[in-house]
Amino acid sequence: MPFRSMLFDRPEDGRRVDERQEPGFFADLNLDQVVESITAGRNGYNLKPFFYTPLSSVDAVRYRHEVLRDLQGEALAGYIRTFAERMRTMRERLAQADKLRYRYQREAWFLDAVETYGDAVDRLAQDLSGAEISSRGLAAFRDYLTGYAGSDRLKSLRAETGKLKADLAAIRYNLHIKGDRIRVSNYESEADYSAEVEETFEKFKQGAVKDYRAKFPAWADMNHVEAAVLDMVAKLHPDVFLALDDYRGRHDKYINKIVADFDREVQFYLAYLEYTARFTNKGLTFCFPEVSDRSKDIHARDTFDLALANKLVDGKSGRSPVVCNDFHLRDPERLFVVSGPNQGGKTTFARTFGQLHHLASLGLLVPGRDAKLFLFDQLFTHFEKEEDATNLRGKLEDDLTRIHDILTRATPNSVVIMNEAFTSTTLDDAVFLGEKILGQLIELDLLGVCVTFVDELSRLGPSTVSMVSTVEPDDPAVRTYKVVRRPADGLSYAATIAEKYGLTYERLRERIAS
Amino acid sequence: MKAFLMHEGQDFDLQRELPRNAEALTQDLELSTLFNAMAAGDAFLLDMVKRAVLSSLHEPDAIRYRQDILTDCLQRPAVIRDLYSLAVEAIQGEKKIWIGSLSRSPDLVLHRGVDVLQMLVGMLKRLRHIADEDGPQFRSEGFTRFFEMLVKELSDEYLLTVEDHLRQLRFRGGVLESAELGRGNKGTNYILRKPHKKPSWLDWISGNRPLSYTYRIPERDENGARALGELRERGINLVANALAQSTDHILSFFTMLRSELAFYVGCLNLHERLAGKGEPTCLPEPLPSDRRTLSLRGLYDVSLSLNMSDTRVVGNDVDADDKSLLMATGANQGGKSTFLRSVGLGQLMMQCGMFVPAESFRANVCAGVFTHFKREEDVTMRSGKLDEELSRMSDIADQLAPNSIVLFNESFAATNEREGSQIARQIIRALLETHVQVVFVTHQYDLAHSLHAKKMDDALFLRAERQADGRRTFKLLPGEPLPTSFGEDLYRRILSYSA
Repeated sequence: MPFRSMLFDRPEDGRRVDERQEPGFFADLNLDQVVESITAGRNGYNLKPFFYTPLSSVDAVRYRHEVLRDLQGEALAGYIRTFAERMRTMRERLAQADKLRYRYQREAWFLDAVETYGDAVDRLAQDLSGAEISSRGLAAFRDYLTGYAGSDRLKSLRAETGKLKADLAAIRYNLHIKGDRIRVSNYESEADYSAEVEETFEKFKQGAVKDYRAKFPAWADMNHVEAAVLDMVAKLHPDVFLALDDYRGRHDKYINKIVADFDREVQFYLAYLEYTARFTNKGLTFCFPEVSDRSKDIHARDTFDLALANKLVDGKSGRSPVVCNDFHLRDPERLFVVSGPNQGGKTTFARTFGQLHHLASLGLLVPGRDAKLFLFDQLFTHFEKEEDATNLRGKLEDDLTRIHDILTRATPNSVVIMNEAFTSTTLDDAVFLGEKILGQLIELDLLGVCVTFVDELSRLGPSTVSMVSTVEPDDPAVRTYKVVRRPADGLSYAATIAEKYGLTYERLRERIAS
Repeated sequence: MKAFLMHEGQDFDLQRELPRNAEALTQDLELSTLFNAMAAGDAFLLDMVKRAVLSSLHEPDAIRYRQDILTDCLQRPAVIRDLYSLAVEAIQGEKKIWIGSLSRSPDLVLHRGVDVLQMLVGMLKRLRHIADEDGPQFRSEGFTRFFEMLVKELSDEYLLTVEDHLRQLRFRGGVLESAELGRGNKGTNYILRKPHKKPSWLDWISGNRPLSYTYRIPERDENGARALGELRERGINLVANALAQSTDHILSFFTMLRSELAFYVGCLNLHERLAGKGEPTCLPEPLPSDRRTLSLRGLYDVSLSLNMSDTRVVGNDVDADDKSLLMATGANQGGKSTFLRSVGLGQLMMQCGMFVPAESFRANVCAGVFTHFKREEDVTMRSGKLDEELSRMSDIADQLAPNSIVLFNESFAATNEREGSQIARQIIRALLETHVQVVFVTHQYDLAHSLHAKKMDDALFLRAERQADGRRTFKLLPGEPLPTSFGEDLYRRILSYSA
């Protein structure tokens, strides 16, 4: 199979990917922050659209898993990083060539860019030929690259470039400056006078000294005097500079499209692997999820919210280490209903669930030790909007409109995440609306999470599973961010506090009795 | 070129931190009196003599190297003071030459370098002159080498070469530099070149001269003139740096010379003060650290003497060879503390290569001199005070090596006598067993008596002397501890007036 893309086994899947906009659920799940961190420092590659484009087949996911597994090998990833570094340098040099005013300068920067490109391709072809590669994507690319690197076209380009570079580097000339004139001639092996002066005073050397050398600006461009000097040097070496003039015109379109695309697409993987390393370095784990578009049995162990964890491992905030959670749904279970004390990790759990599914649909590793996830067709989120608390009626109406929109578009293969809807209505309203909406979700048989303060919602039927946020048993003021699968009794929290102050029934009896 | 007047083949280390016990030594031995006498009001001398006295030498040979130089100094003080002022003049001369703005271009660095070098060459010539005139009279290894080095390194021929450079560095014939094509064909690697001889007129006519092209900056092209200036400065950048660094090196030679001579000038100052009072001084005899020796005649407390305008102070004689413990007991204000300080001062002065305030002084060198003196000013609670004393002792213990010496003055008396002597006995025993020398001054009978009762071969007991009429001589003589201290005397002398 001829090589086309590192990201899509069927090239048509990747068509128009650059026109993709950020999905609506990104902000709710903090995936905007996650993607921002992943792509930081790689703006030139325009990687974000790839993160906006979920895959639609299990085989497309597998195609990426294979590449990721290959790139987890440090040697291979190192080869590609080196290649990327060279390609970046090449682009900088081309950009530099375009910016400059004097012809001989532009031509020299262009020459350097081509040289760097040739080196990048040749080196990568050599590196890949000895590398361990199992993925379909990388194997096909290697075959392509080997052919290209060995082609006469590339070989003669490199040879010509090298010769011209060497000729230029061999030029050495003299400047004689006196008053307002400058004379340029060939260097005639005159002695280094600075060295002579230094040697004369060598005997006084007493140890460390101050550096008096002036730093001269290292601008790439020239002033007109330097340009005049360069023109005179060119007159001293007419053959070399004639060849340089000729070179640019003949090699204008030297970059191969497939190599350039590879350079961009492979960064999607490297960016993500580098991003995961900052967590695995702190003892957190990532895994290749088993992805299915049929079975709705899902689970994950020791998983966590990437956006939150990124802040914690950053070291800037001195907060507690990352808390990991487990979850699982087994047929006929479909929906998590999360309740419990506030600030106990409920929203984080909901986001984690959403992030995991989206990342899995991108063919990436997900946070956690072991995971099985569902390849959804659409992902919807409904997170409470905090801003307009003034108009309660308007807010409720808005909430319901948005939920209606979700319910009409969702299919049994969708994932829905709802976070604290109806907090501003009466409890009766909240129970009523909650039961109705959850009922529809159950009807649809889709997967989802619903965070709510109404714990009745967790007991609607066999398809709902209750998850409860928890606090430290000995000190209820300390939140654990642990969300566990447990019936919502609305009591465990109060019981812990009572224990701490010795006010449980038994304790109070004992105290009064004694 | 190195002066090497403080160590054989080694600079005087001006960066090294003073030992941790420097502050305690200064306070307990009243070293500031000594330092001030040596500095004679000169802050730089003060700094250098402190450093020299507090950084002891540990090899008898290293001490003798300085003693020999000092002997030369004492014989020709005028030459030493001349050399010292020459060094000072060179250092101050450089400061007077205009430095210019903060942003120093190679042009400015070069011009100033040439001016400073011109001045320094004058100083080097004067140094050479002293070496020619007075050098032959010096006998010590250090000075002989120093003057021979000056004659050899600052030969007439060398000084001519330097002056030739000074002329060339004005660049009256323009600047010649080579360059290569760097990235983007920009000139790089500018190297200043020494022009070949000019082509002869024959070459000129026959056209047999190198191909060259010339560019002239148009008039009123200020940017062009600046650009040309920059190209020129790229060429002279390295030579300006080399020149400025060279003048720095010559200056640091003078700075080091000044720092090393400062110690000897300080010795001369002190010697003049003491000789003026008729106080004796002698060059001590240093012995290896493992040969327990302490033999002295007429050792006096130099700080005490310096504080008394013209009276001489009482000196002591001690023969304590092969003794590791020296314990002085007896009357309060009987001269025990003074004696203790004089031992410490003598030891420190010997170990920096100075003369010693005594008629004669022979001692082994010590790995370190430590003092543990009762601090009068601490009027804290009793327990707090013992705490403080023990914490200082623990500090000392951190620094102790075998063959160190520790001077104790009424230590561990901040608690009751039984406890205090118990602590002291354990400490003394541990120190002696680890080959640390101990000099202990105490009025505590229990401690002194119990140690005396052990009849140790390597212990010597001294007692503050009292005459039959109860008056003190401030002299210490060998003698066993006596059960009472002489507090009764004091009581009688001070309180009998009011009685």
